[in-house]
Amino acid sequence: METKSILLVGVGGQGTILASKILTTGLMEAGYDVKMSEIHGMSQRGGSVSSQVRYGDKVYSPVIEKGAADVVVAFEQMEALRALDYLKKDGVLVVNTQKIDSMSVIIGDEEYPDDVLEEIGKHVEEKAVNAEKIAVELGNGKAANVVLLGTIIKSMGLEDIDWDQILENNIKPRFVELNKKALRAGMEAVS
Amino acid sequence: MKKLMTGDEAVARGAWEAGVRFASAYPGTPSTEILENLVTYDGIQAEWAPNEKVAMESAIGAAIAGVRSMVSMKHVGMNVCADPMFTWAYMGVNGGNLIVTADEPGMYSSQNEQDNRNYAKAAKIAMFEPSDSQECIDMVKAAFDLSEEYDTPAILRMTTRVCHSKSIVETQERKEAAIKDWAPNPAKYVCLPAMSRKMRVKLEERLANLKAYSENSPFNRAEYAQQTAGKKIGVIASGICYHYGREVFGDDASYLKLGFTFPMPADLIKEFCGRMDQVYILEENDPYIEECVRMVAPDAEVFGKNIFPPYGEMTPDVIRKAACGKTLETIDFDHSKLINRAPAFCAGCPHRGLFYRLGKRKDIMISGDIGCYTLAAGKPYQAMDSTVCMGASISLGHGAQKAFDMGNSGRKVVTVIGDSTFFHTGINSLINTVYNGSNTVNIILDNRITGMTGHQENPGTGFTAQGDPTTLIDMEEVVRAIGIKHIKVVNPNDLEAVDAALDEYLALDEPSVIITRWPCVLKKFSQADLDEFEDLFATKDVVDPDKCIGCKKCLSTGCPAMNYHADEKKVVILPSQCVGCDVCAQVCPVGAIGKEA
Repeated sequence: METKSILLVGVGGQGTILASKILTTGLMEAGYDVKMSEIHGMSQRGGSVSSQVRYGDKVYSPVIEKGAADVVVAFEQMEALRALDYLKKDGVLVVNTQKIDSMSVIIGDEEYPDDVLEEIGKHVEEKAVNAEKIAVELGNGKAANVVLLGTIIKSMGLEDIDWDQILENNIKPRFVELNKKALRAGMEAVS
Repeated sequence: MKKLMTGDEAVARGAWEAGVRFASAYPGTPSTEILENLVTYDGIQAEWAPNEKVAMESAIGAAIAGVRSMVSMKHVGMNVCADPMFTWAYMGVNGGNLIVTADEPGMYSSQNEQDNRNYAKAAKIAMFEPSDSQECIDMVKAAFDLSEEYDTPAILRMTTRVCHSKSIVETQERKEAAIKDWAPNPAKYVCLPAMSRKMRVKLEERLANLKAYSENSPFNRAEYAQQTAGKKIGVIASGICYHYGREVFGDDASYLKLGFTFPMPADLIKEFCGRMDQVYILEENDPYIEECVRMVAPDAEVFGKNIFPPYGEMTPDVIRKAACGKTLETIDFDHSKLINRAPAFCAGCPHRGLFYRLGKRKDIMISGDIGCYTLAAGKPYQAMDSTVCMGASISLGHGAQKAFDMGNSGRKVVTVIGDSTFFHTGINSLINTVYNGSNTVNIILDNRITGMTGHQENPGTGFTAQGDPTTLIDMEEVVRAIGIKHIKVVNPNDLEAVDAALDEYLALDEPSVIITRWPCVLKKFSQADLDEFEDLFATKDVVDPDKCIGCKKCLSTGCPAMNYHADEKKVVILPSQCVGCDVCAQVCPVGAIGKEA
């Protein structure tokens, strides 16, 4: 099979790293060759972050080219726009509707535009998901990252992998049930 | 066993499998996780050293005494340890020794992007360049065998994408390496001129042997395409660039994948180039491979830095654009709608109060250093005038102060340096300031941990890399012993105390030290932290909307926990982020910010 590319983008602290860890573990256990790339370090202090995941029979580059992502899942609106040129022309874009002000907005240097989703909508039919709301309704807003992981699984047709088992192996026992529900809710949100 | 590992995790795994018993490092992105992972394995004495030179020398000592040893660092760390490294190359080993450098093309968390492959050539040390995590394991193990067989230290040169990318590895069990006997051997281990001259000659013999290894190494291999028609395109690449090249040039091209790159396999390169019509050389930063290719195959049609950029990452899009003249089709959008999202001090960061006040001072120069606090150079603080390297703040400030004094400008220098950075190399600089007598104000930002690299212990925290209690080096006592007579310890969240200390010390004609002492908000607090610091991030601040006049003064502290609601013209503090540092409350002109009930 041709190598598939998934890009997760967000803001430091939103849980993109855990989501990509669970995703790559599942892909490996399903027998795919997998590579994943992240930039750690200074950007984690509230900066833009991304995890790039690629899988297939044989993966070379861990880095996704611009215009090559099959799925982009943005944990934040502005980061969705920033990542738009990574998306394939016929790729799937999932946007968490959350907005996080950057420091330049807080100190009044820039304004956060209120038409980010409209701008995105001019170019692609994005799937907007309020992952935080879904997670809060399930009992804990922090599971928003796993809701978004669910949207990736559905969008890439990876439902056959035993995600429940992988969640059990990678998440503290008291959060497992919540995250299983969050994963399913994410899958349903883009069905 | 099959596992997904980052390159850093794989280097640690490879070292453990190779029987390494001693490892030392100073934290630095993207190398930090190597030692952090080594700490989790049994049978290895893994240590954080105060700096890379100390780490290198400790590893040299362990190797001379007969065990396999490793030292790891970010690229600029190799500058710090270059002194012992160059001479260590003359001596040769007893137990094997590996020096890991993690370079940063693209400078995600670094002040420069120097290409450390040049160090291998300059110091005449064998070098490996892994391209993925499996190669990290394989090359670390091969490097230790080579080190002992050829009596040489070895370098493993990684880059950010190799360090921080995950790929699948097959792990094995540890193969114990016996502790070798040590016996006095001055001709090998004492680098007096008379001894070194003989070692220098032997070094050339060793390089000739290593050249033969390079030509036959399984890590240097040609992969010829099954191609019958058209131009024969060849790609020569090392490290991650090999995988990038595969994406762009595909199966129709032939590849010479280089994994052992000092000494270079000149004959292999010559043969490969001879069979190609065109050769593309894929390497980040300097034309290290290219210079060799152009020398051994002068007639080949070579594309290197004449088309590829000599800086930044050579990701597939960069290669495709330079080699093919176009990138993949992308979605165009209105880029003017993007807002900047640079990293910022966390809510509750103890650097905020200090830099908020320091940035408002006139007639000073602020000499900065390497750490989270370097972010103070940006808005809203704009409180940093120079940053060069670890430890430079205090010594650069000393020189600047001397120069300002010559011009009678009256400008005073304030230097700022973190606790771990002070122990790294700032300590020598402070000795110089006292010895050569400048009257700089030196601020040590003691947040009780090495912050930016993700919370590593250091000599000032009282714990080892394993988290075991050890002797705490008392910073205040050290500063006093160096000869500083004016020392204050202040809480940086107390803006009045910060101002008072600055006022008093900026008026002195002798050097002074202010230690701003409050823990990093992200730190896992020790019992000593909880005992020393009252109400440590245990409260929250709230805005009283009836009192708030919407002046936005609190926003100028640059706290990510604050939001301005334009409709109501009020500021709101996000309870999910606030940790009650009170800096905003001290800035509010109408007393609208108080503690949550």
